[in-house]
Amino acid sequence: MQSKEHSRWINIGFQVLGIIAALGFTTIILLITGAPPLQAFQQMIFGIAGSMNNFSNVLVAWIPLLIVTAGLLVTFAAGLWNIGIEGQIILGAIFCTGVLRALEHSTWSAGIIIFLGILAGILGGALWALLVGLLKTFGGVNEIFGGLGMDFIASVMILWLIYGPWRRPGVASLSGTAIFPERLSLPTFSGVQISPWSLVFGVITIVLIYFLLRGTYIGLKMKAIGKNIRAAFMLGVPTWQYMLLSFVVCGIFAGLAGALQVVGVYHRLLPSITNGYGFLGLLVAMLINFQAIWVAPIALFYAAINVGGIQLPIVLKVDSNLSGVIQGMLVFFVLLTDGFRQHFLKNR
Amino acid sequence: MNIDFLIVGLAGVLVTAGPIVFATIGETFAERSGVINLSVNGTIVLSAMTGFVVAVTTNSLILGYLSGIVVGAFVALLIAFSSITLHQSQVAVGFVLTYTTLSLAYFLGDPFTGLQGPTLPTLPIPGLVKIPILGPLLFKADLLTYLSYILIIIAWLYVFKTRPGLVLRGIGERPAAAYIRGANVNRLRYLYTVLGGALVGLAGPIYSLGVKAGWQGTISGLDGFGWIALAITIFGGWNPLRAAFGAYLFAFLQWLSLTIQPYVSIPGQVLQVAPFPLMILTLLFVNISDAEWVGRTLARLPERPRRIFVRILRALHASPPSALGTPFVNE
Repeated sequence: MQSKEHSRWINIGFQVLGIIAALGFTTIILLITGAPPLQAFQQMIFGIAGSMNNFSNVLVAWIPLLIVTAGLLVTFAAGLWNIGIEGQIILGAIFCTGVLRALEHSTWSAGIIIFLGILAGILGGALWALLVGLLKTFGGVNEIFGGLGMDFIASVMILWLIYGPWRRPGVASLSGTAIFPERLSLPTFSGVQISPWSLVFGVITIVLIYFLLRGTYIGLKMKAIGKNIRAAFMLGVPTWQYMLLSFVVCGIFAGLAGALQVVGVYHRLLPSITNGYGFLGLLVAMLINFQAIWVAPIALFYAAINVGGIQLPIVLKVDSNLSGVIQGMLVFFVLLTDGFRQHFLKNR
Repeated sequence: MNIDFLIVGLAGVLVTAGPIVFATIGETFAERSGVINLSVNGTIVLSAMTGFVVAVTTNSLILGYLSGIVVGAFVALLIAFSSITLHQSQVAVGFVLTYTTLSLAYFLGDPFTGLQGPTLPTLPIPGLVKIPILGPLLFKADLLTYLSYILIIIAWLYVFKTRPGLVLRGIGERPAAAYIRGANVNRLRYLYTVLGGALVGLAGPIYSLGVKAGWQGTISGLDGFGWIALAITIFGGWNPLRAAFGAYLFAFLQWLSLTIQPYVSIPGQVLQVAPFPLMILTLLFVNISDAEWVGRTLARLPERPRRIFVRILRALHASPPSALGTPFVNE
């Protein structure tokens, strides 16, 4: 018991070491570029708390990141790398936009149209994830490359729609399709961007995923596949069925995130509708070592870094991609120090 | 469409495929030894930015290319260290590094966006360029394109016709057996991962100092080529010759999509990205014969078509090095 407690402190020590190393490395990079590191960090972490509006922007980024990361935990549980997540978010946004466009001029109530749009988004994400799963289980295509292929197809589709059939009257451009009438947007808190409905979806997602992975047979079977697929098969777990299921579950949440980007954030379809939350979610999932309990706080932290980064060029004339550097470095050094820890504990 | 237009176009295909040839053959070396370097997409962009910045500030093309090589080798070294020495997941570390290097490239390259930089001049080979058709097709390019031709041949000879090449294949297929026969598996894996990373790193400056000259930040249009290089490594069945064929096929698709643009009603933005999914989904043909249902379906077919299908699938088929992605611990 005592040694367990002891090794727990060692684990935490190594994690802190990783974070310090990442911050140290970022500081060096900032010094090389001649930017003031302290001010930059201050900007990234506290700049967001400056005003209510900034904080609401963090929440706007937090919700999709939270939903996507939670979904990714399901595929990770089954030992799968769902790099196709970006495409699944895109398909969610495309399907949702399609429904909204079709019903835009109908006499149905706005609530029903939005509801159908979100439902369609979920369907789109699930469908795209299912295709990656089918490529994996029946096509022999590794999910990383099948997923990338589906990501590329999704980005081709979204460009085609924006520059083709759904182009804005007059100008087709990167700024996306025509903006939907205001009644087709999720209602927001007064004066800020964030919708209470988005928060509700975020909370439901994380609770569902937590219990799916912690308290159900489905979650247990997925984890068995992730740990040792051969052993799981021998024990009678229907492996390919559960792999497909984990893809579909992840796709459902990716599609939900994509639909919420349309009805809750941008109110139209943009080529950059995902904001890179899919890949960022993969980073967050790795950083928290795939534990559902940590998704909400760490996704919030990463969303804050994103929002802090957007203001960097204005405040400090520093490029906003610094946020990506910090986000990546943190995960890299935590992985690295975790490796050192195992090395160190083994050799003792 | 006249013949000159076609020759100029295809010669362009050979040049634009150059960086992908370097990156794919580099990745083939790493994966043959058992290590997946998933950082290629970010590495290429970071080395393109570094190569461009170094070439602009020193006004030396050679230093530009060398700096790209150093960047690629360094990122590969990080992957080798975390996976071989620290036993972390190669996929995890590679993905994190591809993300980080991409952001790093955009962040560090920001002050140099849009600057005018040196570019690699074309270097027609005297004499050879006079050969009808073949001359303007093959010998009217630049030095690095010629190097890419040579690399394809040398890499193929090395992997399949030399003893060190045999050892390379051995440490990726049966590391334990190779170890018993005297190969220092982990040291060789370090070597090939870093060597492969260096080749990947060279692809970056080939873009920024030639094929897609300049640095334009996030709109440089380099994001994506690394994923294609990884896909082509599989498509090529870890064979440099087939990999080169894949690189040329991809570059051809890109050229084709630009060429047909005026004749079709598909928006240009769509055509430009269309070759990417096409290339990745060709992997389906490489892998599909491994699937159980394919064997069952084939068995039901009558004799003659079955033979034909089996032959086609076998020709396309490629299986990865058995120990790809797994650490080697000698016990």
